[in-house]
Amino acid sequence: MSILVDRSTRVIVQGITGKEGSYHATACREYGTKVVGGVTPGKGGTIHEGFPVWNSVFDARDAESPDVSLIFVPPAFAADAILESIAADIPLIVCITEGIPVMDMVRVRRVLDSRNEQGDRIRLIGPNCPGIITPDGAKIGIMPGYIHKRGRVGVVSRSGTLTYEAVWQLTQLGLGESTCVGIGGDPVRGLNFIDVLEMFESDPETEAVVMIGEIGGEDEERAAVFAQTKMTKPVVGFIAGLTAPPGRRMGHAGAIVSGGKGTARDKMAFLESHGIRVVDNPSLIGKTVADVLASGKPRRTLLPA
Amino acid sequence: MNIHEYQAKELFKEFGIPVPTGVLVESVEEARKILLDSPLFRGETRPSVWAVKAQIHAGGRGKAGGVKLARNPEEIPGLVSQILGKTLVTHQTGPEGKKVLKVWIEEGSNIAREFYLGVVVDRTTRRMALIASTEGGMEIEEVAQSHPEKIFHLAVDPMEGYSPYIGRRISQFLGLPFSVQSQMVNIVRDLLDFFQKRDASMVEINPLVLTKEDRLIALDAKVGFDDNAVGRQPAVRGLRDLSEENELEIEASKYNLNYVKLDGNIACMVNGAGLAMATMDVIALAGGSPANFLDVGGGASKETVEQAFRIILGDPHVKGIFVNIFGGIVRCERIAGGIIAAAQDVKITIPLVVRLQGTNAKEGREMLRNSGLAIQVAEELYEGAEKIVLAVKGDK
Repeated sequence: MSILVDRSTRVIVQGITGKEGSYHATACREYGTKVVGGVTPGKGGTIHEGFPVWNSVFDARDAESPDVSLIFVPPAFAADAILESIAADIPLIVCITEGIPVMDMVRVRRVLDSRNEQGDRIRLIGPNCPGIITPDGAKIGIMPGYIHKRGRVGVVSRSGTLTYEAVWQLTQLGLGESTCVGIGGDPVRGLNFIDVLEMFESDPETEAVVMIGEIGGEDEERAAVFAQTKMTKPVVGFIAGLTAPPGRRMGHAGAIVSGGKGTARDKMAFLESHGIRVVDNPSLIGKTVADVLASGKPRRTLLPA
Repeated sequence: MNIHEYQAKELFKEFGIPVPTGVLVESVEEARKILLDSPLFRGETRPSVWAVKAQIHAGGRGKAGGVKLARNPEEIPGLVSQILGKTLVTHQTGPEGKKVLKVWIEEGSNIAREFYLGVVVDRTTRRMALIASTEGGMEIEEVAQSHPEKIFHLAVDPMEGYSPYIGRRISQFLGLPFSVQSQMVNIVRDLLDFFQKRDASMVEINPLVLTKEDRLIALDAKVGFDDNAVGRQPAVRGLRDLSEENELEIEASKYNLNYVKLDGNIACMVNGAGLAMATMDVIALAGGSPANFLDVGGGASKETVEQAFRIILGDPHVKGIFVNIFGGIVRCERIAGGIIAAAQDVKITIPLVVRLQGTNAKEGREMLRNSGLAIQVAEELYEGAEKIVLAVKGDK
């Protein structure tokens, strides 16, 4: 088992004829992902790098019934691309694009929420994220596949390369990963820590979870409350940005301490007080997971909510 | 992206939000000249008091002596000369302060009451949120701490949009007389309209004042824009004031490098924002102090690395460099080759530690060791941080 994606997952790529879309569609296929084609308006009916191309997500859906749409559309058009996939009922949308205006995402998220409130189940990962990978199953994103190894640990993160760092350690230690989900560095996004933690909790293959957060917002705190009240599996946490100055954006649009809120120190203290094993040295993420799993009692009893 | 108060007020005016009339001057000469021919200072309708305000991208100007009041126009040139050219140090400028290059002179108001009104994108509700408070003129964060009951918070549903009841609720919360409620309803409507149409990320009117003549007016204005949206807002792009930004940060943005200057002496160069932040943290954990945040992006090509080295070395406090690259899609030998070529071109004379991990990292590290350059090589992140901290301390 794994979460969200596996060997049978069928993927289309929006923006497949662009430089990024083309490169990564090919890389995903080489990894073994079932990339069944892509979408570029105006290029329908052509074949690009061996992939059939359609004019719209609707056409692609009618032809191939994909499970996932992976989006590499420039920021100005990315919200529209996500909305098209939502309208076409694609169950999982993975948006890699960095730099989408936040008001566009406010609108996208509202549409997504209202669909799901009506009983649909459409999920969005990202934007501004590396994507999702189930090692030896499906790589749907821009992460280097070879650093991953199928295994026991679920990874959820707001960052890209910092996730690779953690994954590399887990792989080197032989623990491996069940699924890794990059939820992205934007302030308004799709899946959040809580959503992914919930899935890892019910995935029999996942024995522990690594949660990589950073400054800004309160999503890590909410996740910690969830982990304490609803999870039996251990969670190891890391928060980046202890040395980040207040009021400055650290690369990611969402990585900012504003009004004294969202500091790394507060987050670390909060996580620690809610039973999450917090690591302050990112070189020790893998080793800490190994220690927690080897301690013999990784499962703990739930606190009353 | 931030703008000045006077620019925010001009935008407010365009959207129908009432602001005091004013003029901008960049020299005492200009102030003298304007006194002679502007109706703001002459004739029957002239106000009885003027505010002379330093224009810098930071709050806390009043306490730092950047805002003065004039009771007659003749005082104004003197006040302008006191403020212009002065370096203001406020809680938002950092210890080095900010130099005042522009002064805004505006009509004063007969203040009866002061309020706070703001709009932000609330990450929790994922909506625009209106914030209002009866404690105008105070930092909203302080009010939130000491008197949370004096703050009104309302998330605006993007599907529903604005409706006048929202303005009426705010008006009621603030205890405004019914006679001025319609002014409030319009201000809230126009503020939300501005926020959405110009892709703002933060708008603050602090204070929004009720005058003794029963007029609501935005006495101060602070606006930040969504950096991701500036590309589609030509009118906003033109308001950028480069003199308010760090020179190295401007230079870095030309090469699409994400650089933020900090106060320490160990520079870092990293691929990826999260890893870049973690690298800064690890430098501190190892007993050093990071000089910057720098994300060179996924590629880390020779050209990018070379520009990054030049920017890092533009900071005179830098005593050592820590390069931390996780080679994913791009293999480590290529990255090592880029670092070697760039280091040769830029001629680095301070300690340089390179930590390479990921695809073909062994080969990459071997290339760095055999390059003949004084590069220390590390395998693990913390090991690299310890090496650079030690090298910088030993170098003193």
